[in-house]
Formats: sequence, structure tokens, C-alpha cells
Amino acid sequence: LSKGFRGGCCPERSSKFSFMWLSLCLSTPQQLVGVVGLEIHAQINSSTKLFSGSSVRFSAPPNSLVSFFDASLPGTLPVLNRRCVEAAVMTGLALNCNINRKSLFDRKHYFYADLPAGYQITQQRQPVAVDGTLTYSLLEGKKRSQVIRKNVHIKQIQLEQDSGKSLHDDVHSQTLIDLNRAGVGLMELVMEPDMSCGEEAAAAVRELQLILQALGTCQGNMSEGQLRVDANVSVHRPGEPLGVRTEVKNINSVRYLARAIDYEIQRQIGILQRGGTVQNETRAYDSKSGFMPEPNLPPLIVYEDNASLPAGIDACQAVVVQKIKEGLPELPSIKRDRLVQTYGILPEHSFTLVNEDGLVEYFEAVLMATKKEPRKVIGWVTNELLGHLKQQDLSVSQSPISPPALAELLELQETGHISSSVAKQVFQKMWRSPGKTAAQITQEHDLGLVSDTAQLHSICQKVVDSHPDEVHAIRNGNKKVLNKLMGLVQKETKGRADPVLVRKILQEKTS
Amino acid sequence: MLGLFFLGVSLALREGRISPTELCKKCLNRIKKTQHLNAYITVTEESALKQAQQSEVRLLKGVPKGPLDGIPFAVKDNFCTKNIKTTCASKMLKDYTPPYNATVVQKLLDQGAVLMGKANLDEFAMGAGCTDGAFGPVKNPWSYAAPYREQTGAMLESDWAITGGSSGGSAAAVASLTSYLALGSDTGGSTRNPGALCGVVALKPTYGLLSRHGLIPLVNSMDVPGIMARSVNDAAIVLGILQGLDVRDSTTVPAPSPLTELPQDFDVKNICVGIPKEYHAPGLSEETLAQWSRVADLFERAGAQVKQVSLPHTQYSIVCYHVLCHAEVASNMARFDGLEYGHRSQIDSSTEVMYASTRHEGFNDVVRGRILSGNYFLLKQNYQHYFVKAQKVRRLIADDFRNVFGSGVDVLLTPTTLSDAACYQDFTQEDNRTRSAQEDVFTQPANMAGLPAVSVPTALSRRGLPIGLQLIGPALHDKKLLSVAQWIEQRVGFPSISDWDYSRESRNDTAVTKREQTSAV
Repeated sequence: LSKGFRGGCCPERSSKFSFMWLSLCLSTPQQLVGVVGLEIHAQINSSTKLFSGSSVRFSAPPNSLVSFFDASLPGTLPVLNRRCVEAAVMTGLALNCNINRKSLFDRKHYFYADLPAGYQITQQRQPVAVDGTLTYSLLEGKKRSQVIRKNVHIKQIQLEQDSGKSLHDDVHSQTLIDLNRAGVGLMELVMEPDMSCGEEAAAAVRELQLILQALGTCQGNMSEGQLRVDANVSVHRPGEPLGVRTEVKNINSVRYLARAIDYEIQRQIGILQRGGTVQNETRAYDSKSGFMPEPNLPPLIVYEDNASLPAGIDACQAVVVQKIKEGLPELPSIKRDRLVQTYGILPEHSFTLVNEDGLVEYFEAVLMATKKEPRKVIGWVTNELLGHLKQQDLSVSQSPISPPALAELLELQETGHISSSVAKQVFQKMWRSPGKTAAQITQEHDLGLVSDTAQLHSICQKVVDSHPDEVHAIRNGNKKVLNKLMGLVQKETKGRADPVLVRKILQEKTS
Repeated sequence: MLGLFFLGVSLALREGRISPTELCKKCLNRIKKTQHLNAYITVTEESALKQAQQSEVRLLKGVPKGPLDGIPFAVKDNFCTKNIKTTCASKMLKDYTPPYNATVVQKLLDQGAVLMGKANLDEFAMGAGCTDGAFGPVKNPWSYAAPYREQTGAMLESDWAITGGSSGGSAAAVASLTSYLALGSDTGGSTRNPGALCGVVALKPTYGLLSRHGLIPLVNSMDVPGIMARSVNDAAIVLGILQGLDVRDSTTVPAPSPLTELPQDFDVKNICVGIPKEYHAPGLSEETLAQWSRVADLFERAGAQVKQVSLPHTQYSIVCYHVLCHAEVASNMARFDGLEYGHRSQIDSSTEVMYASTRHEGFNDVVRGRILSGNYFLLKQNYQHYFVKAQKVRRLIADDFRNVFGSGVDVLLTPTTLSDAACYQDFTQEDNRTRSAQEDVFTQPANMAGLPAVSVPTALSRRGLPIGLQLIGPALHDKKLLSVAQWIEQRVGFPSISDWDYSRESRNDTAVTKREQTSAV
């Protein structure tokens, strides 16, 4: 709740900022460099709140998801939601954390209209998970094909309550409160200041987002506030103590996060270079606010395995680390390695696949239905399909072309029924008329490969006759000019001519 | 009939000697007659009659819900009651009506007990006199009975004695025979203190045995719903009904055993009674000391082992109790900001100004003072020095008890209060803080350690006011504690207020009470 620097840069300045990323991430010993730590609040994907039975739902009518406890009615008590604990433990395991067998809840006090009890229940002294690592990758180089792995240390993951929302009506000088969000379970992840620029922070957050989504512990949608990132930014010369920190808060996309952090780093460097000092803008009030153990919740105990459960404790009611470990899904980094190894695709393609929700599944579904090599399918998925989706702001699941439909198209090309350029035309037409198969479109538009030798002979003859200079050049040994003639034949046939056949005929006619 | 233990009434109800409606009306009449005591903040006449009627139907059909069916009871006004105002004796909540019942209230209603009303208290249960509530002080029923009036020569209306607190209304309700039992809350002695001063049995069960869901908290880590009754056995039956795990309160524990009636012939021969020397405190009245010795002698003569023991950290307890109490108060009171419920100030030029004026207008000086000091203790720079230190001492105090009980002591026998009830005029010469420190001195260590404790009335003082003694037992040994308490009760012959009060009207009832007491001995 501290009032830090508010991020959010103008999108039109993006080119300038992307230039800056390069310079910020590289440093020489005497240069001022950025130091970035992150505090991330991830809303737990659970059907009910952390300490009450009210439902969790985005954009429900105001104050429709509020229990007596959420409204802090006197005499109500918190009852911990096991699902939220399991989500935090699972997230902790995925981030290589130590899971505390015993963790504690605390109250953090502040007067805030959307915090009805006057305190937040959190885990300040002994959080559920500590001391983990997040490994993320940066894609560098001209074609962003160089994968650089980096680590950021996770200090802790703590369970805590979300606050409600305040809406200020300045005209009527009123504040309206919506408590739907009050008491929703949050995981606060504290990442140590191991990052040096916006791009690194953005890559770390993106990787975390993918992990949380793979686990299902958080939906990770930043624009809906399911994932909220605060960055602590300072600058220093390597080897020297860290500089004064400021906070960049309320960023609602990974892209703006990178820009806001870099803007702040540049701002601080500018101040220091002009001989000024960076002001810490965190409110002093915050640091004095009192903590107290939450007396209504006994210590949270998680058990290593079923064997360590004390007598009388029902295994279904307890949180058992081993059980959660066994249920961990494939994490993004493992998935990328598997894709590279199994299909022989490039690492950067594995990033593209994993980055897009559902794209791996799409890719694999296409492979199931075609004999085409994965290395040849990948371009269709990451360029044609993804390009079209992005253009229309669609998700993979909304694609008008299903994996079997794409596979059928690729199969037509693979078996020589259509050329690769026609295949792209058919793809476009399929996109526009969902439900029609590649074969139907090929037939309707007469796009099938022309392999009638007589017909091709006649077209080739026409091209040869009308381009005597080119024919001359070829006969003089400049074989490359043959490609020009081939292009002309394809133009005549709207790309439908069987290229192997055309080449053979043209070679005959120009020899 | 009104002077009976509820078990006696329960039998009368089932045998048809009186109907629940008649009983309810008798109690309502008596509430009107004793209105000057100010025991109730809200009398729920209409719903009580309705509940009594429903009970009557069940009894006529021969299917009562249990021994409590048709029995009138009162609830301290800091337990939430659905659709019935719950004020905490504070302006802050003077018009607050909760949408749900506290678990312990619900359990009594489920047994068919009839809720007569909400009992008066110190504001938010902060006090030891029941003199600091927004609806005025509660008067000790015994200060209107013949012994006090005759002994002290009290003539003036202003000569009345306090009930003790903070559950003074609940104690007065049971003592003045308007309810057969009452719920109090006990954070530092708030049930036992007025229980002792009003001559009723007052049980503070083991922390966690009774649900706090719906009890508006004072100190969450020490609050326990308390049971006030006319006899130890009555208290035991209510404990049996109220105890056990509640999913709405994560600090509850399963009941160690189902508790019904107590054995009538408990043998104390194998009991070891500890007399903690630290409770021989300055200010302990000669008469209370005499009662303490008398009961210790009773035990000794009956063959129990009685030995002096030491609880060396007792002297630090009250100070630490106040640090922890004020810190939790500061935290618990933060929710009263006028936004969601309760009083909201008209002064609302900004949210902050509205908070400040709401809280200034809504809370009395005592509550505001505790919030202020509590916030001081919770400041980052003070937290280690006060709160953490007080918690460490709390552990030492709990260890003291553990050591004593580990050395073979079964129960500790102590005074409940320093003396009998003070006259209101005298009591209010000192402020709430001073009085709380004096009055809770013997009672709050049991809260610090989470142990069960019960106050049993033993005699009337020379002034004609009750004196009680306290028994403290190991955690979850509530039943044994009550068995020992009943043993005392059976031998001390504490009189019923109905022996003097309204004697013309209830002569027959009195005879029944005396007969029961005699046969019990």
C-alpha cells in the first residue's frame, strides 16, 4: 500500500525503450546498473476464499460474494481453505522452495476502507515456503535465437488475504467499496533483487506466469489482476552497496513492466549523473505498522508423506507434500526441452509454442494426423497459425482451423496434391470459411497440382518461346535463370504446376 | 420454582407441574420486578414466549429435546444473536443486529432452552465491575436482599454493591432468579469474578473446549465462553452440551469425553489440592482468607492431600495480561470504523475524519485508552520489548501450572476475588484500569495458561454479600474440576437468595430448594 512511482509508459515510445533494453542489460564495471527485485501477488485459483466459504469470481455484481467473515462482522473467525494451502505448497515445490512443515499467520494492521477488519491476515514471520529458485531464459541475438538461462532467488511464498476494491467518486466526494475480492487467497512471492533490467524482470514474470498456469494454482491474467507485480528498483555501480530503492507498482502487463522498470532505472541514473539523490518514496507509515500473531488460527502444519501423519488425522484432510509432488504437472522448462528433443525443433520455437496457451497441444495434435516432419510443421504453427491468431487477437482455442484440418492441408501438400504456395492460399481460404476442408477448397477453386504432362509441355513451350534471351543465357551455362522461367510457368498456372515436372520439362526444352 | 436448580425445574416441566410458558412468564415478571438491577440490555419477551410455547408442544408430546428444553437462560450481550440486538454495551453497536447466532447460543437454542434476553456488561467486556457500559452499571441482587440491608444498615438507594465484571448482567440474571443459567465470557476472570460476587457457580472451561464463533472478542487467545448456573451440576450439564469441536472456530478441540451429570458421591481421598502461596496477596480480605482456610480444612478432614505449592511467576501475570490484552484489543477493535456496521459519525468530510470521529463517539474512555496503549505496544520499535516479552512471560506462567500439575497436584484452590463486592460509590473511586488490575489478579493466570477454572460460592460475608473460591485444574480436566467443585458445594451450604427475597410469593419454592440442598449434603 505504499505509494511508489506509478509505472505505465506511453506505448508509442516503445522503439526507444527497446533500444534501451539492450544498453541496460549490458554493463561495464564503472557504469551505473539497475538492480530489480519483485514482489508478486498471485491470486490463488480456488473456488472459495482463503478463510471463508464465499465464491471467488471475477466481475460478479459488487458485494455479491461477501460472507459475514469477509465483511468482518464481529465474532466471525477465519477458517483456512485447504485448497489454498495446497496451491501454495505446489507452487513452492515447482519453484524449488523448502516447504515449511510449520508456518504461522500474522495480522498486518492498516486502516484502509477496502480492508474491513483493519488488518490483513498474512504470513510475515514463518511463511509456507522459503528459499527457492526461478529459472528463466532470455532470447538474445539478432534473430533472438540465443537462449540464455538466468536464475532468480525466491525468498519466500506467503499466503495472505486480498483486499476489497475502492472506487473514488470525486464529484460526489464519495468512496464506494466492493468486497467481492476481500479475502480471496493470494500467494505473495518475493523475488530477490537478482535482475538488472526490465527485460529480465519481464522474462522472469512471464516464466512464473507460465509455471502458475501449468500448475493451475493461479490463472495469471495480469489485466484482471490475478497476477500483480510490484518492482523494487535501484541503481548502483557493481561491487558497491545498493542504491536507494523506489517502487514501480500497478503494472497490468508484462510488456509495460519491462518499460516501466527501464524508465525508472534511466530516471535514477539521470538523477545520479546530474549529482542528485534518489528519494525513497515508500510511505513511512507502512514501516511502522504493527504486526501481531493471528490468534484465531493455529499453526499451519503440512506433512511430508502419509507415513508421517499422526494418528487420528485423516489423510484427506491433511496437506501432504509427497502427494502434491506426485501430482506436479510438466513444467514449462521441461516441456520446452522435451519439444526440442522429441521433435528436433529449434529452442526458440519451443519458447513460442510454450508461450502461447494451448499451442503445444495444437502442434502435437497436428503431428498426430500427418506424416509431415515436425520440423516442417513447426513453421505452419508458429508463423501461419500464430500470425493469423495474433492479427485477430484470438486464442489458440478460438482458431477457425482445427489441428486435424491443418493436418489434412499439410497432408495434401506432402503427398504432392498441392504446391507449398497453394497450400498457403488454401490456408487463407480455410481461415475465412471455417468448416471447409482443405480438399474441398482445393477442388472448389481448382487449386490442385497440374501434373498433366501435355498441358505443362504446352505452357512451358509458350514461356520458352516468349523468352529467347533467358533461354540463351541458360544454354550458355547460367542455370539459375531457369528459376525465372519456372516462376513464369507457376504464374501462368497460379502456382498449381508440379514443380518437379516443370523443372524437368524446362530443362529438356532449354538444353 | 424460580429458586430451583434447572435440573429441578426440568423435572417439574417434564412431570407437568409447571409448563414452559408459565415458567417463562414467571421469569419475565421477575425481570420486570428486578428491572432496577439493570441486568438486561434487551429482554426478548416476544421470542421467549414463542420459544416457550414450542417447548410446551414438545413436552406435551413427551418428546423434550433434553434437560434444557423450556429452561430460561440469559446471554451476555457480546454473543451474537440472530435478529436480536447485540450491543457489547457500547454506543458503537447500540443498534447492531447480527445476522447469525454464536455457536454456543445456537447449541442452547437447539436444546429447546428459552432465551430471556441479552445481559449487561462492561463495554466490550473491558472491566471488572460491570460499571463501565453504555447502558449503565449493574446492581448486585444481594445488595437488595435482607442480609445486606440488615447487616450494613443500608438505607439509601445509592448504597448498592457492584456485581463484578464484566459479565455482571449474566451473574445478576442468574442470582436474581430471572434465568436458570447464563452465558458469560471470561478473558481474565469476567465470568468467575461476578460469579463470586453474586453467589453463583461460574465456570471458565479449558480454552478451546467451547467455540468462540459469534463471541465478539476481547482477547482471542484468552476468551472463553463462560457458564453461570445455580449449581455445579447445572454447569456441568451445560458444559456437556456446549463443548466440542466447531468447524467455525479453528482453535476448538474435541471434547475429551461426553459430559453429563456429575457423580454425586465423588471421593476426595485420592485428590491432591494445591494451595498456591502467591495467591496470599496484599489486599486479600480477612473473610475471604477465612473461607479459603475453611475449605482447605474441609478437604484435609475428608482425607484429601492438601499442600502448599508455588507458582513463582504469578506476580508478573497481571502486567503481561494487560500488555497482551491491550494489543489484541487494539487489533480487534480496528474493524469498528463505521463502514460496514455499527455507529457512523455524521462528521464525514473525509474517510479518515469519519473513522476518527466514529471511533471517538462510539467507544468509551476505557476502550479508547486500551486501543491507544495496545497500538503503542504493537509499534515496530516496541513490539519486542512489550508484546514478545509478555508472551514469553505467558509461557513461564503456563509452565508454572504445568510443573505444579505435573508434581501430582489435581486442583488448585484459591480465592476468586480479594473480597466481597464493593459498594458502587467506593468502587468508582478508582479508574477502570486500576480496578481491572486489582480484581483480575487471581483469575487471569488461568486465562494466560488456558486452564479450566470454576468459582464456587461458599458463604455470605459479614456484610451479607457472597464470597467465592476458585478451583483451577489441568487443561481438559474440566469434569474432574467440576466434581471437586461439587464436593465443596455440597458441604458449604451456601444459601439461596430466595430464602429472603420475595419470600411471601415463593415460600413453597424455597422449601424445595432447602430440601434439595439438605438431601445433597
